[in-house]
Amino acid sequence: MYSELVKDHFMHPRNVGEIPEPDGKGEVGNPVCGDMMTVYIKVKDDAIADVKFKTFGCGAAIAVSSMVTEMAKGKPLAEAMKISNRDVAQALGGLPKNKLHCSNLGADALHMAIQDYLDRKAGKPPKEKNAEQELAGMHLEPGHAHAHAKGEKCYCPYCDIEVPSEAPFCTNCGQEIPPEH
Amino acid sequence: MAPIYFDNLAGTPLLPAVQEAMSGYLAQHWGNPSSQHQVGDVANAALEKAREQVAALIGAEPREIVFCSGGTESINHAIKGVAWAQAKKGRHIITSNIEHNAVLRTLRALKLQDWRVTSLDVDQHGLLDPAKVAEAITDQTVLITVMLANNEIGTLEPVAEIAQIAAARKIPMHTDAVAAVGVMPVEVKDLGVSLLSLAANQFHGPAGAGALYVKRGTPLWPLVDGGVQEHNKRAGSQNMVGIVGLGQAAELALAEMDSRVARTRALKDFVTQGLQARVPHVTINGHPELCLPHLVSVSVGYIEGESMMIMLDEEGICVATRSACAAGALQASHVLLSIGLDFAVAQGTLVLSFSHLNTKQEAQVFLDKLPPIVERLRSMSPLWKG
Repeated sequence: MYSELVKDHFMHPRNVGEIPEPDGKGEVGNPVCGDMMTVYIKVKDDAIADVKFKTFGCGAAIAVSSMVTEMAKGKPLAEAMKISNRDVAQALGGLPKNKLHCSNLGADALHMAIQDYLDRKAGKPPKEKNAEQELAGMHLEPGHAHAHAKGEKCYCPYCDIEVPSEAPFCTNCGQEIPPEH
Repeated sequence: MAPIYFDNLAGTPLLPAVQEAMSGYLAQHWGNPSSQHQVGDVANAALEKAREQVAALIGAEPREIVFCSGGTESINHAIKGVAWAQAKKGRHIITSNIEHNAVLRTLRALKLQDWRVTSLDVDQHGLLDPAKVAEAITDQTVLITVMLANNEIGTLEPVAEIAQIAAARKIPMHTDAVAAVGVMPVEVKDLGVSLLSLAANQFHGPAGAGALYVKRGTPLWPLVDGGVQEHNKRAGSQNMVGIVGLGQAAELALAEMDSRVARTRALKDFVTQGLQARVPHVTINGHPELCLPHLVSVSVGYIEGESMMIMLDEEGICVATRSACAAGALQASHVLLSIGLDFAVAQGTLVLSFSHLNTKQEAQVFLDKLPPIVERLRSMSPLWKG
């Protein structure tokens, strides 16, 4: 199912662990999928001197975590901030279509860790985001009408195909469309 | 080395005798059983033999067996066929919250065509209370469909009791028995249902062959329209090779039922006890007694199921997972959430399903290989504070 490169990053993930007293920490949880990731960074001369992660998630989520930390290591903060989810998926040589959402986790957690560092430096109070609270707030009632701004297009969160906004399930892949996507 | 295969709910190895029956038929016969000449007669004899073999497995009359392409079609046919046949009488259907997608999505399709569906909650073991079904019945109710054995947690539903309630109100009752037939004794007369779905690939027959049991007098429209095959219930020339395989597999399953059940139950007990002894923070899902003999559903705390599954695969062990990330479904299993599992716990669930071909030695390999994998994934998990 996974490419050799993805499998390699999953079976032998790089940069697993925690950094005690990190300069920045980013925690994201994807409540729809159930993946959760924490990224820790050490910053030196406005560049990422060290980076570690911990992830609860599927093979793709772990591979993405490994790859995004590899890509960020040693990069100036401004450059690391530009690493996109798409870049990570590309670096892994692509992910199965139904796993693309997993790649959203990696860059988000990294960006959040960098932002945390910048906020701390600027003396702002740290943002606490609790993944469990976010989970509790999700109502995954299938077929529930989902809110969209007028005129905004609606895309299937699983296969990225445009779907009619009133559709209870994707006309392309058949998945139930959660109320929030 | 051949992989250790503990995913028999996804499909079972074809037994040599089944394979021989199929290839023997394929090599010699090509006729259409509907033809009234000698070539057709040969095919028709094979067709009716298979019908008797399948009927015997579930204690039905041969005439009550309708062959089709497998469990999913059988379920689609039962639900849509009964709903369509009674559309003028009422448009209300009762089911449980833990049915297979073949049931859920068939009902979803009917909902879009203005059928109303009442989907009932189960308890923490996955059991449906028959009293809830009785309460949900209205004068518009035209079908009750409740699975015999849940394919994720193995719980056996009180189908016979529910069927009595249904019969008293003259409502047809269907049961999705795909996970049970051929794996444990199933008798349609004991269950008292009007319709029952089964599939060959659950008991060492081929995928692509299944059947629907239709009790005489049950209102049912065809799902596939066309010719007069299968007593006008399922049109299209029959998949003879698949049906011959289904029949042979049914005969063997019936003959070997007791020894197969004893074997899978022993494996189930061995693995369940081994998991509880060797892996901390595990939950065994499903009902402790009313359950399939060959299935173990285990939730491993603090880690995710698909990553466990892939690491086991690397060790040559094939299991299934009910985690959201597997098989393209992004939400955690509706069955596991319905029995009240926490979202993160549901994510870490493996489903093992054995066959009589599995050995205790294989189970031992699994029990040896799993703990270090769990430990490794927990060391990566932000949820694990061990």
